[in-house]
Amino acid sequence: MVVGLGPGSSFFTRHVGTGDGNMKLLTHNMLRSHVTGVTRGFPLIIRADEVKVNSVDFNREFVSRMIPKLEWEALVETAETLGHGSGLPRELLSGYENDEEFLKKVHHVLLEVEIIEGALKCPESGTEFPITRGIPNMLINEEES
Amino acid sequence: MKLKELESCLQQVDAFENPKLRLEQYPTRPHIAACMLYTIHNTFGEIEDKVVADLGCGCGVLSIGAAMLGAGLCLGFDIDEDALEIFRTNAEEFELTNIDLVQCDICSLPAHCLVKAVDTVIMNPPFGTKHNKGMDMMFLKTALQMARTSVYSLHKTSTREHIQKKAADWKVKMDVVAELRYDLPASYKFHKKKSVDIDVDFIRFSLD
Repeated sequence: MVVGLGPGSSFFTRHVGTGDGNMKLLTHNMLRSHVTGVTRGFPLIIRADEVKVNSVDFNREFVSRMIPKLEWEALVETAETLGHGSGLPRELLSGYENDEEFLKKVHHVLLEVEIIEGALKCPESGTEFPITRGIPNMLINEEES
Repeated sequence: MKLKELESCLQQVDAFENPKLRLEQYPTRPHIAACMLYTIHNTFGEIEDKVVADLGCGCGVLSIGAAMLGAGLCLGFDIDEDALEIFRTNAEEFELTNIDLVQCDICSLPAHCLVKAVDTVIMNPPFGTKHNKGMDMMFLKTALQMARTSVYSLHKTSTREHIQKKAADWKVKMDVVAELRYDLPASYKFHKKKSVDIDVDFIRFSLD
């Protein structure tokens, strides 16, 4: 079901409820470019051709435990570029563990927004890693590099 | 979830259609996968609400089991897109929403990638026989970089001493949780017998 278009972008966002291993922003938050010569390779720039919103049961414990381990700024920036920023602050505020509404927003951004088709672009070398049917392909093509 | 239930669920997981010898694609048997996961979950509490990675996940039997036992997110890594495609179908059939797949070469990840990115690594790496000598140790090294807490892995018992030495070099604690008889069904043409039993160690490496 097509429910809307992200602001200023051309991809579709679908709401569905079954699992299928499409790339979540939590996974994106861990991935780095490992092209030779690249120093940080993070965050990978998402080019999203198709995004899906999948409902995942809210797990308060998991979300609040994950937050300090995230690259927070990268997460918020990435979510914003996809039109799913949910009004999250650029800087993490103290006492978030007790803010249920905030934790639910983070849950949504981390686990429910999924990329189905598109690419991840290395911020330093420009190398693109395609995302096909929800699976990012981080293999480096020797001929290109 | 009871062990029996877990095992019977894992029996529904589809395995490789055309296993590739160069990648040592042997499916982890549902019985062994269920025993491993059950122990990690019940004895060590290292699946529920954790980020779990499965290196060389293949068709995903370990990941799917970990996802069923309540992992916050389970990340499957494999080089082979055919295996990942079967994995994706499996995840869809089980309606699991806490699984992500990444296609990558575990053996060529540089040291700074995915450092301490996950809580637990659970894997059945290639044993590093035939053309893949040493691959088991490359997987182990990457797993130990990625995990914050622990790595659970299967290794041939015949290599235990070597692994103990490496673990000491890398300053990680290792415990053999169980000795298993790994029943390897004849999946390739060079297997003359119907199935072979290999002695395998189920090892926990802790990083605390």
